[in-house]
Amino acid sequence: MSVLQMRGIRKSFGELEVLKDISLSVEEGEVVAIIGPSGSGKSTLLRCATLLETVDGGSITYLDHAVAWEEEDGAAVYAPAKELREVRQVFGLVFQNFNLFPHFSVLRNVTDAPMRVQKRPAAEVEQEALTLLKKMGLEGREKAYPFQLSGGQQQRVAIARALAMNPRLLFFDEPTSALDPELTGEVLRVIRRLAEEKMTMVIVTHEMGFARQVADRVIFMDKGVIVEQGGPEIIDHPVHARTRAFLNKLEGEEA
Amino acid sequence: MTFRTMVEMLLGGMGKSILIYVLTLVGALPLGLLVAFGRMSRVRPLQLFVKFYISIMRGTPLMLQLLVVFFGPYYLFRANTGTGYRFVAVIIGFVLNYAAYFAEIYRGGINAIPAGQREAAQVLGYSRSRTFMTIILPQVIRHILPAVTNEMITLVKDTSLAFAISYSEMFTLAKKIAASQTTMMPFVIAGVFYYIFNFVVAFIMERCEKKLSYYR
Repeated sequence: MSVLQMRGIRKSFGELEVLKDISLSVEEGEVVAIIGPSGSGKSTLLRCATLLETVDGGSITYLDHAVAWEEEDGAAVYAPAKELREVRQVFGLVFQNFNLFPHFSVLRNVTDAPMRVQKRPAAEVEQEALTLLKKMGLEGREKAYPFQLSGGQQQRVAIARALAMNPRLLFFDEPTSALDPELTGEVLRVIRRLAEEKMTMVIVTHEMGFARQVADRVIFMDKGVIVEQGGPEIIDHPVHARTRAFLNKLEGEEA
Repeated sequence: MTFRTMVEMLLGGMGKSILIYVLTLVGALPLGLLVAFGRMSRVRPLQLFVKFYISIMRGTPLMLQLLVVFFGPYYLFRANTGTGYRFVAVIIGFVLNYAAYFAEIYRGGINAIPAGQREAAQVLGYSRSRTFMTIILPQVIRHILPAVTNEMITLVKDTSLAFAISYSEMFTLAKKIAASQTTMMPFVIAGVFYYIFNFVVAFIMERCEKKLSYYR
């Protein structure tokens, strides 16, 4: 069973068509990297998948939960709120700018949702959170507040916060774009380790080298459509001219 | 009249001023939040009504509003308000007026919280009410505290407006004593009392601000 299945997703902001008939499915244990120029719709796709935006058309299914489906007139309908709350437990999301809760300590950022939303016992949650933070290389920073941490550390707390909910699928929205270059490495290392542990992940990224390394599948998006997808080798040997143009431009900027 | 009796009488008035002060805050702080929700509501008629209410409360003198609340029931409906109504009218007037100011402060504070906070909470599965109570509101309170302190200091002085409907708080008494004894001593004493009152308010609020400044 696919963890996530999106079919024929359409989304417009006013006159602007951001997603034009996008289909994407993610299998258990798979790491999918989504690349493409800014404005290609990749972040919007992620926001639709995580229910932060509603789609205009198409269907979304998580495991055996139908989240959104198309009526006969082509418009998308969503499942009732109660069902959606359950579905949100299936996935986690790591934001570009972390969005940690500034008034909570590092530990509370990680434990609050498992305790209050999932209603799991405090002792168990706390133990798990400490293990997670250790794994993220944040041992000893449990009592710190987000503002006392570097961007890289904050993003690792955010990853721990998402993992503490035990999601089946973890989304990353450009997880290193808000970081100084010298801090991206520590975050990418953590994600790479999750990939080795067969965590199912969908990562929107501009880090081509990283995508090549961790992704089982790379999807290139441009102007609201999936132009090309395949194994990580498409980064080195793109078939489509638009993919080539995009990758060449990136390379040019990096050189 | 001795200095001592004057002070004692004014202290009694001060007790009533403090009572107005506390009850106004207890009523206006939560009501202001409700008004702010109305002001930000997507239900257009509600939003417009609340906007109109805030505009009236902020656009007309509080003294006039007190007179309307106190005499309104009689002039409009020929209703016989009991003797206790004078005090009730003071509280209604102050609460309605201050809720309008607090509402605008809350609104600014709520809008200043980045959308990402709400989104992060939503993805983690927090309900809307829990998101507001545990994620948004604590940050809003910290954000708006200086503005609220300002209003709270103004309110100490505004309690004196209750003299407009002859409620015997400190200022009303000071005026009466000054007229009957032909001395300005009561004004001096009242001034000192108001100042001490505000000094305490400012001190407490400063402590609160410090307590909430453990994060950025």
